[in-house]
Amino acid sequence: MADYHLRAPFDEATMRKLQLEDRVFLDGTLFGIRDATQHRIFDEGIPPPADLNGAACIHTAPGVRKRPDGTFEKVSIGTTTSTRMDRFVPGLLEQYGVRAVIGKGGLLPGSVDAMQRFGAVYLAIVGGAAALETLQIEEIEQVWWEDLMPECLWKFRVKDFGPLIVAIDAHGNSLYKKVQEQAAANLKAMGYA
Amino acid sequence: MNLYEVIEQTAADLYIRALEDIPEDVRAALKRGQKTEEAQKNDTANQLMLTILNNIEVADREGMLVCQDTGLPIFHVTVGDRAPVSITELKAALARGCARATRERPLRSNTVHPLTRKHTGNNTGQGIPVVHLDFAADSDEVEVVIAPKGSGSENMSFLRMLVPAEGIRGIHKFVLQCIFESGAKPCPPVIVGVGLGGTSDVASALAKKASCFRKIGSVSDDPEIAQLERELLDEINRTGVGPQGLGGATTALAVHIEWAHTHISQNPVAVNLQCWRGERAEALITASGEVRLPEQTVLTKA
Repeated sequence: MADYHLRAPFDEATMRKLQLEDRVFLDGTLFGIRDATQHRIFDEGIPPPADLNGAACIHTAPGVRKRPDGTFEKVSIGTTTSTRMDRFVPGLLEQYGVRAVIGKGGLLPGSVDAMQRFGAVYLAIVGGAAALETLQIEEIEQVWWEDLMPECLWKFRVKDFGPLIVAIDAHGNSLYKKVQEQAAANLKAMGYA
Repeated sequence: MNLYEVIEQTAADLYIRALEDIPEDVRAALKRGQKTEEAQKNDTANQLMLTILNNIEVADREGMLVCQDTGLPIFHVTVGDRAPVSITELKAALARGCARATRERPLRSNTVHPLTRKHTGNNTGQGIPVVHLDFAADSDEVEVVIAPKGSGSENMSFLRMLVPAEGIRGIHKFVLQCIFESGAKPCPPVIVGVGLGGTSDVASALAKKASCFRKIGSVSDDPEIAQLERELLDEINRTGVGPQGLGGATTALAVHIEWAHTHISQNPVAVNLQCWRGERAEALITASGEVRLPEQTVLTKA
């Protein structure tokens, strides 16, 4: 297990280097996306108004307060369950060049394959640890599609954002799958097969 | 302030407090979990538990919400039979308090119509807040407990109408299957609430009471039920699902079982999971409108 401090945009070689259970901290730009954001991109076919090539995207719908000048102040920014948005992941990687998806709960086998094919990773964050995340987000730099509030496309500037755990690597390995297989074996050993 | 204004204010205060301040029993259980992972040299699980504890400290220090999911407000209210309150007005006051907390803190509103998905914008609506009522003999006080439950864990809710022939083993098997299928999604380590017996509706309500309104460390006052609580906790933690479903020894912080008698030819089992945050806040309102914020939960039997 190694520690990495990374700054987006990422290249393929960096993503291929990461192994399961490595710890990652991010600096710089991080994009926030959620269900409605991706319905617009993939179901309505409207391309995102920001360049996501090499980007890290986190599954979130922030709690914010709008300032008089129209910018947004962070209130509580945390992470939601990724499996709900699993079907959008291959498209994010293939069509828009996203290199890292950050969330909780993991992704399904189709997305694990896509990460292997396109050289991307899934980084697990501690679900519910929103106080820490909010503190590590320095600023909400830009917001697109405000009509989807709070499920807009968000651009955050982060510092020492983490620890994130490499839970799906770019070689077809999933820590979630490993743990589920072990749990199934443990249940069998207890006589509950 | 009249009594209903006091109830409204208390509901607003408790909603925010539950989201900012993790109960002491949950903190202690999380610390024990972290020590276990450290002792077993589960590096990733230990890192995740340390991050959870760090997050709680940050929320304390900065006055921030622990988690961004402000949940759906669920109240458990125990009304003394001599308390000078109208139940309909009490329920209206609780709803006003939730709306006020949402507006004034501000809190993210999560409450939407189930078909149109249209937001009400204030965390209240048809049937929301959820209010479970109980009554206490020989009391003129109102006890209010709130659990603003997040959706990651609430989406992991299960009901199975077991047949008596499946026996106690059937209960073990079903609960373990729920934990296995939930995996990482409910934000483990979880508090496992089991509602056993009654009818399907009663089992579900008991499971919620067990997951959200009982203090960790409390034990069922029925010795056989208490034994089942211990056995299930041990088995769940032997699955190895671990913190955040990424492996480890701490899958559950506690198993609580609430039960009711049931029909000769049925055995309902409901499972409701609560995430590691274990959000809960409570207050006691006296007949004269005085509000006490005790650390203990009256519902607990420890």
